[in-house]
Amino acid sequence: MSLTLLIVQTLNGLQLGVLLFLIAAGLTLVFGVMDFINLAHGVQYMLGAYLAVMFYGLTGNFLFALVLALGAALLFGLVLEFAVFRHLYDRDHVDQVIATFGIIIFLNQGVKLLWGASPLSLPMPEALSGSIVLMPGILYPVWRLVIIASGLAVALILYLLVGHTRVGMLVRAGATNAPMVSALGVNIRRLFMIVFGFGTMLAGFAGIMIAPILSVEPGMGDTILILAFVVIVIGGIGSIRGAFLAALIIGLVDTLGRSFAVDILRLFMAPSPARTVGPAIASMLIYLLMAVVLYLRPAGLFPAKGRA
Amino acid sequence: MAQLALASDRTPRRSGLAGNVLPVLVFIVFAALPLFAAFQAEAYVLGLVTRVMIFAIAALSLDLLVGYGALVSFGHAAFVGLGAYAVGILSAHGVHDALISLPVALGVSALFAWATGIVCLRTKGVYFIMITLAFGQMVFFIATSLAPYGGDDGLTIRMRSTLAGFPIFNNDRSLYYICLACLLGAYLLCRALIGSRFGRVYRGARENALRMGTIGFEVYRFQLVMYVIAGMLAGLAGFLLGNATDFVSPAYMAWQRSGDLLIMVILGGMGTLHGAIVGSAAFLLTEEWLSGLTEHWKVIFGPLLVLVAVFARGGLIGVGTRLRGLLGG
Repeated sequence: MSLTLLIVQTLNGLQLGVLLFLIAAGLTLVFGVMDFINLAHGVQYMLGAYLAVMFYGLTGNFLFALVLALGAALLFGLVLEFAVFRHLYDRDHVDQVIATFGIIIFLNQGVKLLWGASPLSLPMPEALSGSIVLMPGILYPVWRLVIIASGLAVALILYLLVGHTRVGMLVRAGATNAPMVSALGVNIRRLFMIVFGFGTMLAGFAGIMIAPILSVEPGMGDTILILAFVVIVIGGIGSIRGAFLAALIIGLVDTLGRSFAVDILRLFMAPSPARTVGPAIASMLIYLLMAVVLYLRPAGLFPAKGRA
Repeated sequence: MAQLALASDRTPRRSGLAGNVLPVLVFIVFAALPLFAAFQAEAYVLGLVTRVMIFAIAALSLDLLVGYGALVSFGHAAFVGLGAYAVGILSAHGVHDALISLPVALGVSALFAWATGIVCLRTKGVYFIMITLAFGQMVFFIATSLAPYGGDDGLTIRMRSTLAGFPIFNNDRSLYYICLACLLGAYLLCRALIGSRFGRVYRGARENALRMGTIGFEVYRFQLVMYVIAGMLAGLAGFLLGNATDFVSPAYMAWQRSGDLLIMVILGGMGTLHGAIVGSAAFLLTEEWLSGLTEHWKVIFGPLLVLVAVFARGGLIGVGTRLRGLLGG
């Protein structure tokens, strides 16, 4: 358990946390404002990555690919909202779960049909592909730092948008009491659409940013979706601040747990069972954390005001 | 919520004759099927329908929670997996008799349901969905780390269970009828539970937990007992599944399988019990049919689910009832 490894893994944990925040922010808004469970949020992340790969193939430029993929992801999200989701806003949660589960099945297979089942990759921009020396002896890939920085920038933008603009005020009001906001003459449907489109775009953005360091493959959204749900539940549904803190906590706990569980267990266990049990405990750690948080605070750490 | 309230009016007891025709019909079809299957590819048909019945048991138990208690569990596949792993692990150690492995499967499921239920039932609504998912994932990851029992790859069950030494699970046909008997037993048990005083208190808690509490019922205990019963039934389904497939793997408890179970319940019509049976048959048979048509059957299956969610309120049973209403009135 060297200090170098600890620093590198902490940065990796931050990077995962920031990525989770990008996905969870949209999810928690959609959930909080519209009371809508969108399981399809994970495949929108996947779609962002695939679109970026496609547009990169067409343009050969990362920046163009990023902008085009963001636009396409937004467009696709709005089509989905128009075709499916708006019929389900005032329905029971189970109906929403089924419909969005159907979309997951469809899109996971759809990308397989269009782009094949084998993993694709997106080359990162030349200038940002190297590593830099953080401290003597610690090399760290620049791209991961870019992800962390862009995630923090999005968090700041969201903070300003939600906390200090008129639309943000309406979003917060909507999360607290949507019927009342509607009764005061706000077109709540349009607000829903804006929030939804924005959330979709954030998920797509996360997918594009992570594509250069992960393989782009069908089903890549499923695991991250579950993690994002863990984040918004721990953070308190509808709370951006909660999502941000919970995302960083989950990212750090998961990454550090995976790298150090075996070492820690070996302090009081024989090496061979420690190697077996370690990875299992590391995978379970965040779920354990979630169970404990919900046991102590059944509505998460930062429940949005006015919600039980 | 309006939909949930609607479902409560369709309790088996109150619906009288019309409510009984369909379940009886379903069980007659199940019972008679092997007679006709003898002329077809018997092993294939029996295997498929055995699978349908096993998942019907699991869906039935989930309907107890979702349909009658508004407890939307997203981790129900964990119990199925626990039941299957009980068979697999005992079998790996040379214990094959159902007199031992079945009680172990049920006991482990019950214990897990009790321990997690204590935590889960403190939460409500969406939080309940997510925390059951969390516990499901924990069991999933434990299973993947069971290196001596195959870990990720799963565990082949070399010898099916015996009952007091008799290899009754080995023959496809007798396995079929064992599953049918279990399904019938589970169905009757659920009906009796829902109709009983215990079941009425439990359903009352869904409508208005506060009011039930004020009358003097400690709602939480009723829900916990029901959660344990549902977990044990799903464990039974897992026990049968392990025997039917000769195999058990962590994939049995993946969160997607819990989603499948939820879809079965909702597809058939939740809060009706026999809807869960119809739903699992519709789900698995459609899956089988489409996968025979094209390799990319999921491209068709996904949108079908969306259509069901958007248009078929109350599931297939609900659609049937509305059609009958249109024709009759």
